[in-house]
Amino acid sequence: MPTEIQMPTNRIGLTKKEYQGLTTTLCSGCGHNSITSGIISACYDLGIHPHQLAKLSGIGCSSKTPAYFMNRSHGFNAVHGRMPSIATGVEVANRTLINLGISGDGDSASIGMGQFIHAIRRNTNLVYIIENNGTYGLTKGQFSATADYEALDHYKNINKYQALDLVELAIICGATFAARSFSGDRKQMEALIKAAIAHNGCAILDIISPCVTFNDHKESTKGYEYMKEHDVPLEELGFVPSFEEIKVDYQPGEVKDIELHDGSHLLLKKLKEEYDPTDRKKALETISKAKDEHQVLTGLVFFKKNMPSHHELLKLPETPLKDLTDKELKPSHEDFATLIKTFN
Amino acid sequence: MLYTDLTMTAQQAKIINNFSVKVATTNGTGSQSANNIFFKSLVRMGIHTSSKNLFPSNIQGLPTWFVIRACPKEYNTMRQTAEVWVLVNRGSLEKDLKEIKKGTVVLYDSPGLEVPQTVEGAIYYPLPFSKLSRENFDKPRLRTLLTNVVYVGCLAALFHIDKKIIYEVIHDTFSEKPKVIDVNLKAIELGYDYVQKNIQKKDPYSYKPDTKTLGKMVIEGNQASALGCVMGGASVVAWYPITPASSLSENIEKFSDTFRKDPKTGKRNIAIIQAEDEIAAIGMAIGAGWAGARAMTGTSGPGISLMNEFIGLAYYAEVPVVICDVQRVGPSTGLPTRTQQGDIRLCAFASHGDTRHICLYPGTIEEAYEITALSFDIAERLQTPVFVLTDLELGMNLWTATPLKYWEKPYDRGKVLSKEDLDKMKSFSRYLDSDGDGICYRTFPGTPNPHAAYFTRGTGHNEHSAYTEDNEDYHRIMMRLKKKIDLSPKYLPKPIIEENKKAKIGIISIGTSHHAVVEARDELSSKHGIQTRYLRIRAFPFHEEVLTFIHQCEWVMVVEQNRDEQLTGILRNDFTEVVSKIHACAYSDGLPLRPSIVTDKILEVNSRAN
Repeated sequence: MPTEIQMPTNRIGLTKKEYQGLTTTLCSGCGHNSITSGIISACYDLGIHPHQLAKLSGIGCSSKTPAYFMNRSHGFNAVHGRMPSIATGVEVANRTLINLGISGDGDSASIGMGQFIHAIRRNTNLVYIIENNGTYGLTKGQFSATADYEALDHYKNINKYQALDLVELAIICGATFAARSFSGDRKQMEALIKAAIAHNGCAILDIISPCVTFNDHKESTKGYEYMKEHDVPLEELGFVPSFEEIKVDYQPGEVKDIELHDGSHLLLKKLKEEYDPTDRKKALETISKAKDEHQVLTGLVFFKKNMPSHHELLKLPETPLKDLTDKELKPSHEDFATLIKTFN
Repeated sequence: MLYTDLTMTAQQAKIINNFSVKVATTNGTGSQSANNIFFKSLVRMGIHTSSKNLFPSNIQGLPTWFVIRACPKEYNTMRQTAEVWVLVNRGSLEKDLKEIKKGTVVLYDSPGLEVPQTVEGAIYYPLPFSKLSRENFDKPRLRTLLTNVVYVGCLAALFHIDKKIIYEVIHDTFSEKPKVIDVNLKAIELGYDYVQKNIQKKDPYSYKPDTKTLGKMVIEGNQASALGCVMGGASVVAWYPITPASSLSENIEKFSDTFRKDPKTGKRNIAIIQAEDEIAAIGMAIGAGWAGARAMTGTSGPGISLMNEFIGLAYYAEVPVVICDVQRVGPSTGLPTRTQQGDIRLCAFASHGDTRHICLYPGTIEEAYEITALSFDIAERLQTPVFVLTDLELGMNLWTATPLKYWEKPYDRGKVLSKEDLDKMKSFSRYLDSDGDGICYRTFPGTPNPHAAYFTRGTGHNEHSAYTEDNEDYHRIMMRLKKKIDLSPKYLPKPIIEENKKAKIGIISIGTSHHAVVEARDELSSKHGIQTRYLRIRAFPFHEEVLTFIHQCEWVMVVEQNRDEQLTGILRNDFTEVVSKIHACAYSDGLPLRPSIVTDKILEVNSRAN
């Protein structure tokens, strides 16, 4: 009798297959597909129960991707640029869910800029991934608001406008977690996705994700070639989930250990000069300097611990609001009568 | 003058509890507080009274009018003319003086306003509202505020409002601010005393205790709607400030502090979020509705315009959400502080593509409460957006109403599959019409069963919630949605019909247009000998009773407050077989509908028909 091949399982006994979704319909080689794989791996490694995660997105190539991972999680593909408001509603209705929001540069930096900022401002409990390729892929290659000044598009048009840097903007707006990665750097990306999931509040993760069809030419600053030459990691990252023991293989002093909300640890190994991701002013200076030098900084750029997420600010009960019944939602007859008496 | 003179006149007064008082003042000066004391005192005297506050879209300094109508027939409409005027505002004086006719009683601030006593037969009472306030109160802000309370004191003395009741109202109104009570009482006393000592009553008007409103409550429509939201189980409220809807959400917040807050922990069984705009507000409500909360937003027309795209998504992806629309005058910013039923069409068909939404139309305080509470059941039962359309007239005016009753109805959470349900099933398809009523089963995120998950999308989808561009899939789902909405009236509040066997003419109205119709029907009957039957629509899609009603009439007049015959148009569209019978009385100028507009239109069509 042929023996059944045992698929490896994670700590909750699920195979990786159980974290997968439908086959992608994006272009072959699209950076977004790497991010999808990164999300699958991160959730598998962390042993997240798929039903405890909600996949949320807006409109665009990036926003199609939640169909391509975690079939066992509820998904909501909203309208263009409005994923954060859906996430806000989901968070307050059921505070126990992990909200995984997928957006793009068109979705977040243009039509959804308002919601991007206000999700940060409220500290909505949300892993907010921007799959950033500097272009509108689905509508065939127009510039997005993150396209660099004077960058060339697929049709050799020059971008006349300044680029928005979503990580810089996030920090200015009060983000409690702001990071950037590159879809070609699986190790760093996965560590940051895991850290973003472990974070309590709005975790902004801007992932440069080349568009192979419309924006991967030599002149593009969001292409594979440019990124490989200009990607400057702030630190080497190691993520240790809360259920694993920390083993540090770096020299003491070289490593900064960031303990995340759920007890996980993000270990940052310094590459160059002292970089402290908890220093907001320094973070903004570092981004600004890198931009002047045409570098793309990646890594955990800024982090602030112990800030209450939105549902905590609203003082919601432990029981998710969706589970409240008539008993909790209606007052007593006496209290009702007392209130009615005040209207005379 | 002697005290006895006034008392004597009171007994001789000929017109009792049947006149309107119109106060012309300035917004932001505390006039609303004074006017509310005036109104509530009359209600506590048992006098049927209705109030209309005509205020500007402004914080301070522009004209505002407050009309209080006492009416033994218990009508609630605003009269075109007022028998008594209180003039406090220099800014609107020129306009106001044009309204003064023979017999009009004019109380005016003097010294202060120059009022030429030129209208023959008008009765003028110059009264030192602001002077008394200035001489007796030290702080400038207090002087301004209490000038208004002084005229209430004057009104009380002239028209015989029970001073003891005014005192009680002031005590109750400011029970949380005891310091304010004394100065208000003093201001009442100053006005009252001045009139008694200095004015000889020359007019025939007087208030007299009655029993009509004893035990009734005084409440704004938005408060009643807010209470409906809380009793109906709203647990997520996302909103953006807009006149005239803001006080709806603000009152939910207030009632939630009373009803939903754990005094020990400070935790509240409700999330109330002031969003960054109306698009975010509806997005949050839809996200929460999808995740299983009873979610809502409160807004007005401009907000609905912004929400359109999301409303289409909630319709197509079948997410329950309640949208309370307190209508104001459009188009565009329009007249933000005036009333209209201008969103009937917008709400019924909001968003691009083929949509048809459940709309509910409360016309009274009781309905603002009950229909709003019920709307959450309807939204979850039908898994679709539900609009509750009130308007500024209902929402922002004080009304007398029978005390609202405890909402006993257990919540209907609709077709939701739990883990246990799913454990017994081999598979789950979100958009499968397994019961044949067009309503499918849904699951909430977080349900621990591998079949529970589905992908919600505004893109084309099939029964299994999978993306599709297939023509047959698209058409089938759209027809199933149509079936769901077509079958919905059984869950919706039925129309209210007032039969009249002698009548051939029918009147159909909606929302607050009801109040003008009530009065117009009496007038048609008593003055013109025209009998009418009456149906008030309370929900869209329409019940079959509406069609039956039209069939039974020779012709019907549809009364609504807009220019373009919005309700009439939908009726004509849905009931093509009776289209020739349907006439429209569609009128809007921003003021609450006057009965004469209805009467005149019916007389006009009736004369043509005969």
